[in-house]
Amino acid sequence: MNNLNLAPLPGSARTGILTYLSISAVVFLLMMLVGLTMRLAQAGWIGLPPDFFYQLMTAHGSGMVGISGLAASAVLWYFLRRYVELTVAVLWINLGLFLAGVVCVLGGIFVGGFGGAWTFLFPLPSTSMGVWGIWAAAFFMFGMLLIGTGFLIFYLDVARAILSKYGSIPRALGWPQLFANSDAPMPPATIVAATMVFVVNIMGIVAGAVVLAIMLINLFIPEFAVDALLTKNLIYFFGHVFINATIYQAVIAVYELLPEYTGRPWKVNKVFLAAWSASSLMVMAVYPHHLLMDFAMPTWAMVVGQILSYANGIPLVVVTAYGALTIVHKSGIRWDIASSLLFLSMFGWAAGVIPAIIDATVAVNNVMHNTMWVPGHFHFYLLVGLVAMLFGFMFYLVHKEEQGSSLVDRSAFWTYLVGSVGFAGMFLVSGMNSVPRRWAAHLPEWVTYSEIASVFAVLIVIGATAFALRFILRLPQARTV
Amino acid sequence: MNEIQDSVFILSLVLMAMVLSAFIFVALKSAHKEDYARVQPNAYRLRRILFGVIVVGGIFATIGTTRSLPYDVQHNRNAQQAAINVEGKQWYWGLSQDSVAKDTEVTFNVSSGDVNHGFGIYDSDLRLLAQTQAMPGYTNKLVHTFDRPGNYQLMCLEYCGLVHHGMIANFTVTETVTHSEL
Ligand code: HEM
Ligand SMILES: [Cu+2]
Repeated sequence: MNNLNLAPLPGSARTGILTYLSISAVVFLLMMLVGLTMRLAQAGWIGLPPDFFYQLMTAHGSGMVGISGLAASAVLWYFLRRYVELTVAVLWINLGLFLAGVVCVLGGIFVGGFGGAWTFLFPLPSTSMGVWGIWAAAFFMFGMLLIGTGFLIFYLDVARAILSKYGSIPRALGWPQLFANSDAPMPPATIVAATMVFVVNIMGIVAGAVVLAIMLINLFIPEFAVDALLTKNLIYFFGHVFINATIYQAVIAVYELLPEYTGRPWKVNKVFLAAWSASSLMVMAVYPHHLLMDFAMPTWAMVVGQILSYANGIPLVVVTAYGALTIVHKSGIRWDIASSLLFLSMFGWAAGVIPAIIDATVAVNNVMHNTMWVPGHFHFYLLVGLVAMLFGFMFYLVHKEEQGSSLVDRSAFWTYLVGSVGFAGMFLVSGMNSVPRRWAAHLPEWVTYSEIASVFAVLIVIGATAFALRFILRLPQARTV
Repeated sequence: MNEIQDSVFILSLVLMAMVLSAFIFVALKSAHKEDYARVQPNAYRLRRILFGVIVVGGIFATIGTTRSLPYDVQHNRNAQQAAINVEGKQWYWGLSQDSVAKDTEVTFNVSSGDVNHGFGIYDSDLRLLAQTQAMPGYTNKLVHTFDRPGNYQLMCLEYCGLVHHGMIANFTVTETVTHSEL
């Protein structure tokens, strides 16, 4: 059952993966520049009209989340196809829908003036006080729907491929081995992770599509009544699941590549299986921690949200991050830019969830919700965790062993690392000092934080530019397997 | 002054530093090569301890932090009471009353006339003291007792469009009972 397919990638699949990743590298860079622009505006170093600031914020949020999804799906596809038969055409269909969606989203934002944020909470898209029109909102939401449709097709193909080999979701998650002491061989880590991801992401994307459809109808037929709290639940369920699933996909690169670099296997055992099954459920069940300040929610849901959010950190810290540490410990690992970024990413993920988990405490959320604390924790684990994983994977594809670790690589790595930690750290400091998130203009008392953060952001941009350039310039030597 | 925010920041920093030291430790030892069969058993033993510590810590944290929640607060019968209706609108706060005497237990009935807003109470040092969402179609009750007189600000904590950052109202807490409460 576990014989690997290590035949060279079919040409169109290889082009597909490299296209996904090249687009991602460029978009990450562009969106980082947008982020820098916002932070400079908050520092008062440049002047931006508020409508434009909020358009940039909408573009940065939806752009970063979307491109993270695209890049992470490339990681998943690249490794998963070693185990199951994926459909190459689906890779291209997803990309086509993604690009079509991006055109609509960008049109809605920069032509139509839409600035309703990537979370498009009801009824803001239809209620802008004339800042943008119905059509701008419609384009934005229709674009999101197109992107979602592409990903839905992508994950349905993943589901089909895994289920046709493993028969059922419980088997692909290793439940017979976990619960029934079956002595069949354990499913590989990549299969377990991919199964978790398709389960949660199909649910998440469907929820997102439903709420987008409801809101699109309401946009044109306002009598079609919509409940603001219900849509909020659906949106945060979708948003939380989708962005988290990007990391659960990208981490497959860590599972697959650290063994290559250390010469040690990443063995799937019962603890691993239990951790991933638990994560599947918890990733879906913890989203109420986004709603802790919606006092109209049932109290039990909030308390359960808090407890599950705590629990959600356990498999990550005790199994995945700890597993990475174990496999690297005294391994004589070969350090290069790819392995360094992958190792760093495990730190970024494990450390970044700490302020996130603490904020899921109701009593803390009461004074931290929607302050800069929130972008603080997610920029930490997205920049130092997810993006590091993704660039690590990109370098693995194009880096040759004999190229070793050059001075440029090492400088880019440290510049990026210092920039990211400092930048996210300044968000956390701002959050501690109650600075609200999503404010186009800051009070004078808060400006220093944005100034310092802007300097760190420049470092991130320099590091990421070096990463992206090196990846793209080396594309001709990308591996074929 | 030790507010929740400071404790949370320090706790986060300490825990993140612990994670960091584990990674640095492993990175520093990584060049030295030892048989995996010898590394693994020790690592697994340590993992069980780590797991235990996290679970026990999590249970204590849960018990410690969920005993008093901001929802459905029981009123303190000895305190002076006031009820204030708050309506968030693009882009201002409509308040039925904008001052109270100190030590009054205020119930803010928070709702919205259009989109989602966030009702956040800031003290004169720009510290966030409490908040709740202002939702169309719902009324969220936020109970807060002001124990210090002074000028407070009500700021919007949910993105609501063009002038979200300008949605600030003043709120005064007086030393003694003022006419507006009589
Ligand atoms: C140079 C790197 C980056 C800079 C300078 C930057 C800057 C910013 C700024 C200033 C905000 C708005 C903060 C506020 O006032 O609420 C923001 C929000 C956000 N950022 Fe970034 N960011 C960067 C990288 C990233 C990355 C890599 C991701 C995801 C992979 C990301 C995802 C987001 C998201 C989802 C939001 C929330 C948008 C919203 O509130 O609607 N950012 N970023
Ligand atoms: Cu607002």
